[in-house]
Amino acid sequence: MTKSIMIVGVGGQGTLLASRLLGNVLIQNGYDVKVSEVHGMSQRGGSVVTYVRYGEQVYSPVVNRGEADYILAFEELEAARYLSYLKKGGKLVVNTQRIDPMPVIMGNAQYPENIIDKLRAAGADVLAIDALQDAVAAGSSKAVNVALIGHLAKALPFSQEQWEQAIRETVPAKFLDLNLKAFHIAYGA
Amino acid sequence: MQKLLLGNEAVARGLYEAGVSVVSSYPGTPSTEITEFAATYDEMYCEWAPNEKVAVEVAIGASMAGKRAFAAMKHVGLNVAADPLFTVSYIGVHGGLVIGVADDPGMHSSQNEQDSRHYARASKVPMLEPSTSEECLLFTKLAFELSEQFDTPVLLRLSTRVAHSRSFCTLSERCEPVLSPYQKDIQKNVMMPAMAIKRHPVVEERLEKFTALAEETTLNRIEEGDPAIGVITSGISYTYVKEALGDRACCLKLGMVHPLPVDLIRKFAAKVDRLYVVEELDDIIETHCRKHGISVIGKEVFPLCGEFSQEMVREKILGEKTECLAFPEEVPGRPPVMCAGCPHRGTYYALKKLGVYVSGDIGCYSLGAAAPLSAVDTVVCMGASVSGAHGYNKAVGKDKGKATVAVIGDSTFIHSGVTGLINVAYNQANTVTVILDNSITGMTGHQQNPTTGLTIKGDPTAAVDLEALAKAVGINRVKVVDPYDIDATYEVLKEEIAVEEPSVVIARRPCALLKNVKHNKPFSIDADQCKSCKACFRIGCPAIMMRDGKAAIDNIQCVGCGECLSLCKFGAICKGE
Repeated sequence: MTKSIMIVGVGGQGTLLASRLLGNVLIQNGYDVKVSEVHGMSQRGGSVVTYVRYGEQVYSPVVNRGEADYILAFEELEAARYLSYLKKGGKLVVNTQRIDPMPVIMGNAQYPENIIDKLRAAGADVLAIDALQDAVAAGSSKAVNVALIGHLAKALPFSQEQWEQAIRETVPAKFLDLNLKAFHIAYGA
Repeated sequence: MQKLLLGNEAVARGLYEAGVSVVSSYPGTPSTEITEFAATYDEMYCEWAPNEKVAVEVAIGASMAGKRAFAAMKHVGLNVAADPLFTVSYIGVHGGLVIGVADDPGMHSSQNEQDSRHYARASKVPMLEPSTSEECLLFTKLAFELSEQFDTPVLLRLSTRVAHSRSFCTLSERCEPVLSPYQKDIQKNVMMPAMAIKRHPVVEERLEKFTALAEETTLNRIEEGDPAIGVITSGISYTYVKEALGDRACCLKLGMVHPLPVDLIRKFAAKVDRLYVVEELDDIIETHCRKHGISVIGKEVFPLCGEFSQEMVREKILGEKTECLAFPEEVPGRPPVMCAGCPHRGTYYALKKLGVYVSGDIGCYSLGAAAPLSAVDTVVCMGASVSGAHGYNKAVGKDKGKATVAVIGDSTFIHSGVTGLINVAYNQANTVTVILDNSITGMTGHQQNPTTGLTIKGDPTAAVDLEALAKAVGINRVKVVDPYDIDATYEVLKEEIAVEEPSVVIARRPCALLKNVKHNKPFSIDADQCKSCKACFRIGCPAIMMRDGKAAIDNIQCVGCGECLSLCKFGAICKGE
């Protein structure tokens, strides 16, 4: 049975690296894997989505509504935007960070209040975490993507060694220590 | 060895394994990474060309010399390269010649949604379309073999989801094809009427041979399933069909999308009860079926616009609706914006204040059309800003025509803006051409270009001197400004708009995302000084927002560019310590 993970966030938050990291941990486990990335215009501060799918044989690289076993949301509003993609019984890991989109900055739209509560009320199994705090504790806010992976990792059946291996394969050597530290803080190991 | 490769990376690997010698491309989402990955192999000569037409002509020259050659571009790039394509179809090839073209259904990063398969038909060139990274690699290699075997250029069509998805590929060694060296052959290689008249029938015969090949090639295959439903599909749509229907349908997967088989489709149609064509964008396979009297269900069910999905296939063919969770209120959109620290912001702020007609162009700076700057009046295609401003200026006449400005990035200017500027100088339009020189090709993810002084490999090379170029084509007034200095930029633009002759203003400041650009400490707002007037919001910086009734600066996004400083009349914006 093919499993689907969605990573949603704001262009520039490092969702692309997170999806590659996830892909690398899945390869170690012998799955067929497809990862769909977003490049170009939408990277410029827009809403970005990457998909990771794995199983015995994966055809489509994209995740549709009602299909995601896990959604990793880098930002609260993006969690709300993609809630419809969560499978019933799926898990929604949300970074409690708020980045105002331009229509909100301009005063043309309201940033919804109490997003986490509303997500839960809508029927989602939500894990809300402050990954930015983990990243800052590790040394830099830039490691927020790997910290988030650390939280998602707690819900996935792969070993700590495999995650560490995948981080080594994905992150540039210069930032390896920072990212391993961020992962460990988030993962709780 | 098995590796998880991006579709574009797999095409690059295919080029390497096929023994390709020369790759010339212009960047364009979603095709850019093909050439970036190709450049990581030292065995191939790779370059960024000034535009797609040049790239294809370079590849034609390399093929003429008896080497395998390739050019990559996005769908609209093939419009630019269409001229050489149509005629090299008559000439054919010496070394294999393949042109990679990546369509963008859904317009993730494009100005239109055109379907490149029309070009294969129109230029009578065969086209292959992979569905996965593995096929990207294999089809690339096969394209070169077909190119040489049938003496034709071959088009390789990708779409965003194929180009930008990773899946497993099996890697092999590079082959060194044995090809004959250049031989002079005026009848075949010089397309003047007397020769071209003789070549056209050759092209038609070649296409007939390809149609025969389409009937039996393993590129086109029938996959068995429940014969109640039959689906003809190709490319990324194939993966949606398989995901949605599995063995609940028979599937005819087409790996060669031009020319299309006839007998194979007939045979397939005969074995299924209900026959669908699932193809993104235009109804090319569907029209082909109808032409040959094969009844299919296509665009009356599936849309002409946008991307497909497994959810759509499930709903349209099986009638199954997806149930999903719903957020209880409207979620504000998050359109892309110019980054914090983007130098274009300063130029646009000045232009907006001047209230001029701004003819825009293709790049990050197209975003200058978005609120709150809303400074751009039109965006058409690469280079159209300069020539469009010229036309606008000529049409509105001398009085109103003064305030006509074109904005164009450094790379886009080289691509096809310079020809427009020559027209401005030659025919004397009263326009200001603003070259937004951020020292890189930004939108596609930082590629070098002829103005940066570096090659695709990062080696130093000749750099276009934009000031000298503008003067050389006949522009007497050429000014350089730093767009971070909004007041100075405003004054220079105001002066040039007032002058009754064409002028060029180069707004020069490197892209804030470039690795070698040093950032200042993030700025902050002194809440006691802030009068909540929102003047600082007018610049549209994503790092400036409202918190508890006062302006606030996000210290994660802010790069301390200072563009916002002059907007606050109360001194509430503080430099980072």
